[in-house]
Amino acid sequence: MDPAPPATRVDPAAGAAPRSPKQRNRVLRAVVGRPASAASLGVVTVLVVLAIIGPLVAPYDPDAQDLSNRFADPSWAHLFGTDDFGRDVLSRIITASRITIVAPLISVGIAVAIGLPLGLLAAIRGGWVDAVAGRLADTVLALPALVGALAIVAVLGPGLVNTMIAVGIIFAPTMFRIVRGAALAVTEETFVQSATAIGSSQRRILAVHVLPNIAAPVLVQVTILMGVALLVEASLSFLGLGVQPPDASWGSMLKAAYASQFDAPYAVIPPGVAMVLTVLSFNTIGDAIRDAVGIRRRM
Amino acid sequence: MNSRMVIRRIGGGLLVLWLVSLLTFLMVQLIPGDPAEVIAGDNASVADVDRIREQLGLDRPVYEQYLSWLGGVLRGDLGNSLFTNQPVTEAILDVAPPTLALTLTAIVLALLLGVGTGVIAGLRQGSWIDRAVSTLATLGIAMPSFWVAMLLVSVFALTLRWLPATTYVPLDRGFGTWLSHILIPATALGLATAAELARHTRGCVADVLARPYIRTARARGASTPHLIGRHVLRNAAIPVVTVLGLQTSRLIGGTIVVEAVVGISGLGSLAVNSVLQRDYPVIQGYVLFCALVVVVVNLVVDLAYGWINPKVRAA
Repeated sequence: MDPAPPATRVDPAAGAAPRSPKQRNRVLRAVVGRPASAASLGVVTVLVVLAIIGPLVAPYDPDAQDLSNRFADPSWAHLFGTDDFGRDVLSRIITASRITIVAPLISVGIAVAIGLPLGLLAAIRGGWVDAVAGRLADTVLALPALVGALAIVAVLGPGLVNTMIAVGIIFAPTMFRIVRGAALAVTEETFVQSATAIGSSQRRILAVHVLPNIAAPVLVQVTILMGVALLVEASLSFLGLGVQPPDASWGSMLKAAYASQFDAPYAVIPPGVAMVLTVLSFNTIGDAIRDAVGIRRRM
Repeated sequence: MNSRMVIRRIGGGLLVLWLVSLLTFLMVQLIPGDPAEVIAGDNASVADVDRIREQLGLDRPVYEQYLSWLGGVLRGDLGNSLFTNQPVTEAILDVAPPTLALTLTAIVLALLLGVGTGVIAGLRQGSWIDRAVSTLATLGIAMPSFWVAMLLVSVFALTLRWLPATTYVPLDRGFGTWLSHILIPATALGLATAAELARHTRGCVADVLARPYIRTARARGASTPHLIGRHVLRNAAIPVVTVLGLQTSRLIGGTIVVEAVVGISGLGSLAVNSVLQRDYPVIQGYVLFCALVVVVVNLVVDLAYGWINPKVRAA
């Protein structure tokens, strides 16, 4: 096996951790047990519900214009005021939550779809497969996330779908390293070696021993990447390369709000606070799971 | 770190750079459809398309294109912009100074703020200062730099009118003017880095203070300032260097959005504009330039460990 240090250092004690159902309970209990992470779970839950039923609970039609009432200050009628077209900001934040939350979800899904199988393959096969995949990961990781995403958007063209693909590709190497490192750590455990010794097939070892044991580090990384992906996609939308009107995300709302900063200097606050709260929640949940399953913090 | 390891690290860096160059070259080849037609746009004449095809060498076999492109890159010739016809290397060096000034100022601010608060929090573990620092650090990591820049512009430039809102002013117009223009974007850019530094410095200080040799030194009557200077800061240098190395990518990415907020014409604006205009030679040059910076910084960080920590040097 390649002696290179795995990307995530798995605590030796956690390698022999109880498998799926018990571990799942432990993770859930750890997240709900702390006030900060319980609150974060609440925020994410509310957000997911809003993303699904948003248009039903928004007080106004998010696209209804009222040009006689542009840049209205917050009031009981419009809690967060109105924007440059007189549209209700609160309703727009609620309905924009759908794209804001679905985009990073798809990006992280793409990252897992690429990184998980390649990471397992590299850990199990080793040799040239591992070397080639590892080098490729190093190469993509040599580019700052936003620069890499910018380059991919330059090839595919601007737009929401292309941004999601770009961010997914950019995060795939991170996922690859996590999976490879965790899988390598598991295959060195005695229970995997004894399973090999009694003649278990590679497929069985993978399904019964390896996958359940790498689930925790993958889950932590998925949670953390959700926050980062949200920020990268917001950045791209702010630069005009991501979500295009009439669609809206919190990132593109910030772009519009900033363009009218002289008329409404505080319009940048609601979408930004929503974004920070969401990212903060994902980070807090990720930290709680990490502590619960005994993975040491990354540098 | 011995010379064999240094050579291995440099070799690894060169390999990554070569692979980045390969991917960057392939960018144009991967454009869906006919690259020359896509780049020229919808209203281009046949002559325009042919001119672009010839300028990018797209009429030649791929391996020939790659070899001549790579040859140019190694000589520092990244081709010419498709719109201004300016050599790409020149275009990048022209706008690099504001971005460099912005990034370095952000790093200095982050070091002052992050290491300072981190040491204080580590010395007073469990106090309200410690809790405040760790809460603010968690918040700082979750805040996108472009939003922080917007808030700072809103508050300090538009409402209080303490600082100018936009543009970069070169240093030769006076240090005060330069600083007043760069303070908002540099703070926005450096805040997340400061937060990371504070977290890791705090952890390291707490770690060092629990060591037996600190108790021994205290028993000998060493004063707290002496302990901080002699033991704590020296040990904290390692996580600080590591975090700064890892933050390079974030800072480079951050310059793109922060420059867009405050209207600085730097490398980030150049990159965004060339993506919008589909000016591929400039994008390729920018991507290569960023990869070069990241690889060199990682190398310097690796070498710095040996210089800071005698244990690594001996190994």
